[in-house]
Amino acid sequence: MTPLEFHLPALQVAAPMLLAPVVALLRPRGLAWAATLVASLMALAIAIGLTQGALSGESFSYAMGGWEPPYGIELHVDMFSALVLLIVTGASSIALMAGKASLDKAVEHSRQPLFYSAWLLVLSGLAGILVSADAFNIFVFMEISSLASYIVVAGGTDRRALPAVFKYLIMGTIGATFYLIGIGLIYMMTGTLNLADMELRIHDVADQRPILVAAGFITVGLALKAAVFPLHVWLPNAYTYAPHAVTAFLAACATKVSLYVLLRFDFVVFQQNLLGHEFQFAAFLMPLAVLAILAGSAVALFESNIKRLLAYSSVAQIGYILLGASLVSLAGLSASLLHMFNHALAKGTLFLAVMALAMRFTRLDLRHLAGSAQHMPWTMAAFVIAGLSLIGVPGTAGFISKWYLVSAALEAGPVGFFLIAVVVIGSLMAVVYIWRIIETAWFEPPTEAGEVIREAPVTMLAVVWLAALANIYFGLATDLPRELAAGAAASLLGQLP
Amino acid sequence: MTVLFGVFLLALLVITAVAIVRTQNLFVAVMLLGIFSLLIALNFFILDAADVALTEAAVGAGISTVLFLGALALTYEHERMVTRHRALSVAVVVCATLVVLYATFDKPTFGDPNAPVHQHVAPWYLENEPKYIDIPNVVTAVLGSFRGYDTLGEVFVVFTAGIGVLFLLSARPTAPNSRRRAEDESSGIGLREDLIPRIVGRMLVPFILLFGLYVQFHGEYGPGGGFQAGALIAAAFILYALVEGEERTLEVLPKNALIALSSAGALLYGGVGLAGILLGSEFLDYSVLASNPITGQQMGIILIEAGVGMTVTGVLLLIFHAFAARDQV
Repeated sequence: MTPLEFHLPALQVAAPMLLAPVVALLRPRGLAWAATLVASLMALAIAIGLTQGALSGESFSYAMGGWEPPYGIELHVDMFSALVLLIVTGASSIALMAGKASLDKAVEHSRQPLFYSAWLLVLSGLAGILVSADAFNIFVFMEISSLASYIVVAGGTDRRALPAVFKYLIMGTIGATFYLIGIGLIYMMTGTLNLADMELRIHDVADQRPILVAAGFITVGLALKAAVFPLHVWLPNAYTYAPHAVTAFLAACATKVSLYVLLRFDFVVFQQNLLGHEFQFAAFLMPLAVLAILAGSAVALFESNIKRLLAYSSVAQIGYILLGASLVSLAGLSASLLHMFNHALAKGTLFLAVMALAMRFTRLDLRHLAGSAQHMPWTMAAFVIAGLSLIGVPGTAGFISKWYLVSAALEAGPVGFFLIAVVVIGSLMAVVYIWRIIETAWFEPPTEAGEVIREAPVTMLAVVWLAALANIYFGLATDLPRELAAGAAASLLGQLP
Repeated sequence: MTVLFGVFLLALLVITAVAIVRTQNLFVAVMLLGIFSLLIALNFFILDAADVALTEAAVGAGISTVLFLGALALTYEHERMVTRHRALSVAVVVCATLVVLYATFDKPTFGDPNAPVHQHVAPWYLENEPKYIDIPNVVTAVLGSFRGYDTLGEVFVVFTAGIGVLFLLSARPTAPNSRRRAEDESSGIGLREDLIPRIVGRMLVPFILLFGLYVQFHGEYGPGGGFQAGALIAAAFILYALVEGEERTLEVLPKNALIALSSAGALLYGGVGLAGILLGSEFLDYSVLASNPITGQQMGIILIEAGVGMTVTGVLLLIFHAFAARDQV
């Protein structure tokens, strides 16, 4: 391992984080954006380096400050963290590249340095959660990423974002507090904060009440932050009223990072030690996952604002991810992790296309978008590709994860058939809600005839198309995400049968 | 006796919390929040956590009360919106409380030396701290070095809060509030016309600053450090602003200087971390800063505490000015 490789886990967090205060001071026009993009691309490069290392079997462990764990804070990167790091840094870079024009409209120039500084803090906060192997350290970075995402969500011109953010803030704070209570209880019983050490030491006290309560608090708190149904109420409005580029960034990755922590805790720390946790985990989360898929998709069917429609679709997609995990099997878990990646691709692209659309259409209700494809064929074509991927049409990324999800459900015995039915019904509903948008955009006559509406800026379109083509690429060349997901699932399940 | 006093304080804490939730008058709620923080600080103190107690007293009871009042000046004193879903909120709170109570049945007894927290990591810190860092206050050693990465994170939490408030309040208000402007013109600036507060306030400022610096640099020997010191120094400037008017404070420390100060503090901390890498060790390893590892650790802690103090001072003043300036738009 070269010295640079050795420091990658620390640099993954430190590079964007230390650039954030610098960006806050960059006054000249456009410079803050450029610096943020450079930092984000740098983080993406580091994430790719870490992924390569993880794929070749290296395990990155980094003792912060040179203090060996559990006395100091340890960073640890394996395939699971590498997978989610790729999603986070990729989503940030693509949203920044495509989003400059859109963000220029949403945020005044004088306020941009602060906005982009907050963006970098979201990025470094999420990355900090993903590389950390210390329960309290995860909380610290959760605070950074949450606070900063409240800022960027409220960044736009739409004042309705403020009450939405307030709700997001209150719910997010409750979630984080529950997590902290859980950590406190575990610390009381084990005296350690390092996850690996916790896994060992929790074994002796596993049957005691504080640990059981801690497992409950941590699971509920993180489920709240991950917008697991019925704790999703903060999500739709926050996504709807956020600046479009921010929605594309956060919708692709923010809830997934909370799911990452949830899975890490439940599988690594609790599953191995708590008797019957496996069953409880499935019994608690599987019904919620099913409800999320059905209810989220059903609401999306009747929603008329396309951003909110896609936000409710996200609630349903979180359901698919949980559904795979709640099977507590290797196949189920890898399908779940694969869906994290593929959903990020599909939903990220959809929101990017919406952003391009919003460059020309100020109102994003379906009835205002009639015939928009005639003015903006390229944007809407990219939207169609990403929509197909969200539905899970063969040849797109979305198909792969749904296929794995169905095969994993088949292994689960009688309940599996019910789950397959749920996945199929959910996908059919996705066909309907995506079709509603496509029909309006492509087949209805434009309402305001005579007005000339141009296609979105070329630079923006190019990036949107890049993302759309990635949906097809990862639908055909599935090796990278599949290998990462399978490896991550295997390491999560560990010694479980 | 400690237990009895603790129970007494906790009972007061619960009463205060219920009162905060029940009152419709936001001014009363803010004052009660100050009392709440003071009670928590006392609790921390009788649990021998003097560092946390000092922080809670300075930040919770002191600065946040002022900031809340600043926010209150921009809105109304009475809660106007009726809380919806009250039953649901009460149910959630009751459930969470009962569950935590349930958890306490198996917890180690208070002050039990055999409790897991006293058996694993903590004794290692106590035993090895003189060997590696050698400063009298082990808490500072843990926060500054052993878990310095967490503290770096906390500094960035503070920084995020600062730019967040600045960003959100720098938005142009949708409708200028003419009522307030009229009020402002009629009243004098600050408390310049009130002789006694002005003189007492001006006399206090240098002493608060001096005490802030003492807390900043005494963190290695006793309770203190950058967070507390930052709050105290900010408090001195805020007091000056209250007495002499905000403009004069901004002359001393303009807004851009405050942003630079906050950023510089965070960067100083991060820079010390990077220096660890550049000098051939891990991020945030201070041992390599000097030829003698113990001296290096002590230098590192002084530097990062300075960074913490700068960021906390800068951010608290930024937030204060953001509220105060909003009033005059």
